[in-house]
Amino acid sequence: MIDTAYERVKLARDNKRPTGLDYIKNIFKDFIEFHGDRRFADDPAIVGGVARLNNYPVTVIAIEKGNTAKERAYRNFGAPQPEGYRKALRLMKQAEKFGRPIICFIDTSGAYCGVGAEERGQGQAIAENLMEMSTLSVPIISILVGEGGSGGALALAVADRVWMLQNAVYSVISPEGCASILWKDSAKAETAAESLKLTAEDAKSLGVIERILSENEIGKKEFYDRIRVLLTEELKILIKDIDLIQNRYDRFRKIGVSAVNKD
Amino acid sequence: MALINFLKPRNQLEEGGRTAAPVQRDAGEPEKKCPNCRKDIPVSRLWANNLVCPCGYHFRMKARQRIHMIADKNSFHEMYSNVKADDPLNFPGYKDKVETVRVASGEEEAVICGTAMIGRQKCCLFVMESYFMMGSMGSAVGEKITMLFEYAVYHRLPVVGFTVSGGARMQEGLLSLMQMAKTSAAVKRHSDAGLLYIAVLTDPTTGGVTASFAMEADIILAEPGATVGFAGARVIEQTTKKSLPDGFQKSEFVMKHGFIDSIIPRSNQKKCLTELLKMHDGRAII
Ligand SMILES: [Zn+2]
Repeated sequence: MIDTAYERVKLARDNKRPTGLDYIKNIFKDFIEFHGDRRFADDPAIVGGVARLNNYPVTVIAIEKGNTAKERAYRNFGAPQPEGYRKALRLMKQAEKFGRPIICFIDTSGAYCGVGAEERGQGQAIAENLMEMSTLSVPIISILVGEGGSGGALALAVADRVWMLQNAVYSVISPEGCASILWKDSAKAETAAESLKLTAEDAKSLGVIERILSENEIGKKEFYDRIRVLLTEELKILIKDIDLIQNRYDRFRKIGVSAVNKD
Repeated sequence: MALINFLKPRNQLEEGGRTAAPVQRDAGEPEKKCPNCRKDIPVSRLWANNLVCPCGYHFRMKARQRIHMIADKNSFHEMYSNVKADDPLNFPGYKDKVETVRVASGEEEAVICGTAMIGRQKCCLFVMESYFMMGSMGSAVGEKITMLFEYAVYHRLPVVGFTVSGGARMQEGLLSLMQMAKTSAAVKRHSDAGLLYIAVLTDPTTGGVTASFAMEADIILAEPGATVGFAGARVIEQTTKKSLPDGFQKSEFVMKHGFIDSIIPRSNQKKCLTELLKMHDGRAII
């Protein structure tokens, strides 16, 4: 039994959790990876391509943290560069062209903070994804499977349905970052984690996500089978939605409206 | 009057600084030290020059003063001034902080929205307020900006926006983060309606605002020397353990890397915005 929000954060960061490619390989068939943003480089922190959900072709995109020390370094610990987000957008536009639904798996402490990332427009890359995803004409389902670190996670989560695993977290800032800015004391991360309301239950009650996915048998066949069934059911509904773009707009439009005072 | 002149605004300003008449001082007049040229400049002189030092350094400016500088006289009509932050997460200290900031800044929120005429061109105008929690974006800021873009779509108006922000307002947690998606969707609708959006990035424009509506404009202008970036410079230094290049995240640096259309000093901003609005008013006949 997990008691505090900060324990959830630590669990969400746990190296032993399945990572992006585990989800792709176990939920889908015939995954073919497509590399590169066609502008600058291929970012190993984001993988994407086409695959089949049952027999249905879909575009899948996942932030990959890596399972071994060597792979984690290669994947930049799941912290994407701007070209990762641009690759994701390229694949999403391709999905739109061919009428394929898009499924994203998100697990990042945040977009990479580096000189090169700034020089190549990290903010602009995220902004463009937010803007373009809002009007893509195909269904988008995003699942937060570990850490949902701020704009770097949101850049793949402007979706029709956003789901979280029960021990995933989704936050505007890391609890350590929040504590050090507000209280000049990163040791107060526990208080920050509690205050930020970053657990799956919090996100659901704030209207930010639709569904919390159980972690029973995590990493086992049953676990992936369950997600496959849920994705299939949900896509059947979304594919028939003739107001998909309007509904996606409204989904985000209403968030925070009741959090402001209009007197 | 040619826009070509805007290509080297800093040089002009620096020259202006050197050739300007000696600074007149009344005894006891308050002065402010310029962090760039390190001279003490009489406050009255700064105010007369839109808070720009003779050396060209742009001091931070309050949102109301900026509206006064940019909008035609008495043309600004404020909207949504009733929309303000609540404390949706019961975040420790947030309510008190907002109250203190409200009293100190005289503003209710970190953005002021409305309609205005700029050089007789009607537009929607938003100006963010650095003196209100460093222009951080919470639910109220997101809601006001979104409403403004929706209003602009309905009335087919261009939007001019001055950004200044430390990023998303962490005291509203995920709700703040979602404002990035919400405002971006509203900007997209405005863009898809064929309407013009000009952003002017001022010091500092960072974090979630950079990663949303600041970088989504058709035309992105910036003030000289403004910090523009996603991650904070200190965070980057700590993460990479490398020293940062000269001028890192200054508007000149960001323009050099291709993310800003033009850097326009305050003295030329109204002229430039007027020209751009006129060029997009759809009335020209060849
Ligand atoms: Zn100076």
